[in-house]
Amino acid sequence: MPDRKFVKGNEAIAMGAIEAGCRFYFGYPITPQNEIPEYMSAHLPGIGGTFIQAESEIASINMLLGAGATGARAMTSSSSPGISLKQEGISYMAGSQIPGVIVNMSRSGPGLGGISPSQGDYFQATRGGGHGDYRTIVLAPSTAQENYDLTMKAFDLADEYRNPVLILGDAMLGQIKEPVVLHPYQGKDYNRDWILTGCVGRRPRLIKSLYLSEGELTEHNWKLHQKYQSMKKDVMFEEFLLDDAKLIVTAFGSVARILKTSVKMARADKMQVGLFRPITLYPFPEAALRQISERVPSFLVVELSTGQMVEDVRLSVNDPTRVEFYGRPPGSIPSPNELLDEIKKAYEKLIGR
Amino acid sequence: MKQVFKRPESLIDVPAHFCPGCHHGIIHRLVAEQIDQFGLRDKTIGVASVGCSVFMYDYFDVDVLESPHGRAAAVATGVKRSRPDNFVFTYQGDGDLAAIGTAEIIHCANRGENVTVIFVNNTVFGMTGGQMAPTTMPGQVTTTTPFGRDVATAGYPIKMTEILATLGGTAYAARVAVCTPKHLMKAKKVLKKAFQYQVEGRGFAFVEFLSSCPTNWKMDSIRANQRVIDEMIPYFPLGVYKDVAAAAEPESPADE
Ligand SMILES: Cc1ncc(C[n+]2csc(CCOP(=O)(O)OP(=O)(O)O)c2C)c(N)n1
Ligand code: SF4
Ligand SMILES: [Mg+2]
Repeated sequence: MPDRKFVKGNEAIAMGAIEAGCRFYFGYPITPQNEIPEYMSAHLPGIGGTFIQAESEIASINMLLGAGATGARAMTSSSSPGISLKQEGISYMAGSQIPGVIVNMSRSGPGLGGISPSQGDYFQATRGGGHGDYRTIVLAPSTAQENYDLTMKAFDLADEYRNPVLILGDAMLGQIKEPVVLHPYQGKDYNRDWILTGCVGRRPRLIKSLYLSEGELTEHNWKLHQKYQSMKKDVMFEEFLLDDAKLIVTAFGSVARILKTSVKMARADKMQVGLFRPITLYPFPEAALRQISERVPSFLVVELSTGQMVEDVRLSVNDPTRVEFYGRPPGSIPSPNELLDEIKKAYEKLIGR
Repeated sequence: MKQVFKRPESLIDVPAHFCPGCHHGIIHRLVAEQIDQFGLRDKTIGVASVGCSVFMYDYFDVDVLESPHGRAAAVATGVKRSRPDNFVFTYQGDGDLAAIGTAEIIHCANRGENVTVIFVNNTVFGMTGGQMAPTTMPGQVTTTTPFGRDVATAGYPIKMTEILATLGGTAYAARVAVCTPKHLMKAKKVLKKAFQYQVEGRGFAFVEFLSSCPTNWKMDSIRANQRVIDEMIPYFPLGVYKDVAAAAEPESPADE
């Protein structure tokens, strides 16, 4: 019998983190992710972990930086405005090559915006977000189960690449309640010959991002660049009903989940439609998309924003003129029927009936 | 012949980048001496800040972590919580700690984080070329107060030791100077306590050093030392403002 629990998406993240060995959590309350700090505050102390409700998101991310530098598995979570505040720290972590997991249960902006779901943080997440030429790995779950699984995965990727890893969800994914199958974490041991522990029996170590001597920073940035390139081997995506598809709809996270229903409805309506869902938003599955586009050139990208990921899709496929887009600002979640209408429009335009 | 003065082992034998007469070098040495005396060299994790002391790792022969400008107290919190058996200290300037990092230092102290904070108050942003700091004296000319600090619009020099001493989590808060041998001897004693308290797990320990910046003060080092005595000490009185161990018999703060 699998260990199945009926939990909120946010709780699934917290559970996945603890299962993966996360023993340090630093955060500052913000809707719609409060179940994460609440869960951590209840569960970490009992297993020898540390929960700190910090004075701000700035302090939280810097606590994460400090704990990460000692090799601890640590996490912070927030939602859009708080994630903006963390960007300086994320940039330092990237520059100093300090691992850590950062969850963005994003909400709508700009500014204080609202607490409804939005995918408007795609650019911020996938382009680095803070200053400097860096990238973070970005994982985009679309179910509570994936919240749990990908959070475990995030810790492994962070340790493997010594890099911050972002989990980009939204209000819907945080609040949704559904069954999650729990399973034991199976990770491996990562290289720890860089962490700060006090220099017993070795030369002192230094972790920094400042490189001022001639050529040093250039070299450092090239090294980082190579690392970001090497992350491509960990690209993840889901293909749904692609085999005979003539139109491929592409979306991530909660929107992809709604679209799955619309795709099934379109199929019932005799349209040959499939779904391509990037799970890693960075590295973006560009090679996979290009390959598919050689066979099936017609795409419809759907986002809960006025258009961000669509740029990456157009850069990836063979013929960007055959990429239609449907997006809308936050405020309401599109229904499967509404998205079916958009699929129909794109299908008629690109394929004909 | 008996050797009475030598470089502390925790201080790397390299020429320092500090300007002549700058107190950063002296304060580095005092900190290194305590690391030696407590036998903490291989237990220490130093948290560097952003300011003229950013290259701390070139001088201290211990593990060092860089932190973003102002965030050292939060970074140190993460380090110490993860490595409670290590000795963790931050070394921060007055721009770093009392301007951009005010929230982080107040809450680090208030949580009673078991870390030692070295605060270097030289009344200016040294590294960026001598702009006004929160600690700049009334009337003091800096590159961003060309007519002198006008307290009516720029506020008053902020007294961090006094502020932090009011917080429940602070175990020890003191202000010292290193401008004369007498002050230096006193500073050593205070610093020793700030180390001892962390080793004993008593909570947040804070030492403010009144420091000189001859370059940005546009003074030679002798005049700069004199300025500490004439202008800074009267406004920033030296002394121990909080000592949980001595709570029963409070020392007079302004005992200088
Ligand atoms: C976010 C950010 N803002 C501004 C700076 C520029 N900066 C570097 S050091 C510094 C002030 C340093 O002054 P202080 O902390 O007093 O140290 P000192 O050099 O005087 O010892 C500033 C503003 C920075 N590095 N990062
Ligand atoms: S600028 Fe001032 S604080 Fe910086 S090294 Fe020179 S004298 Fe010292
Ligand atoms: Mg200063």
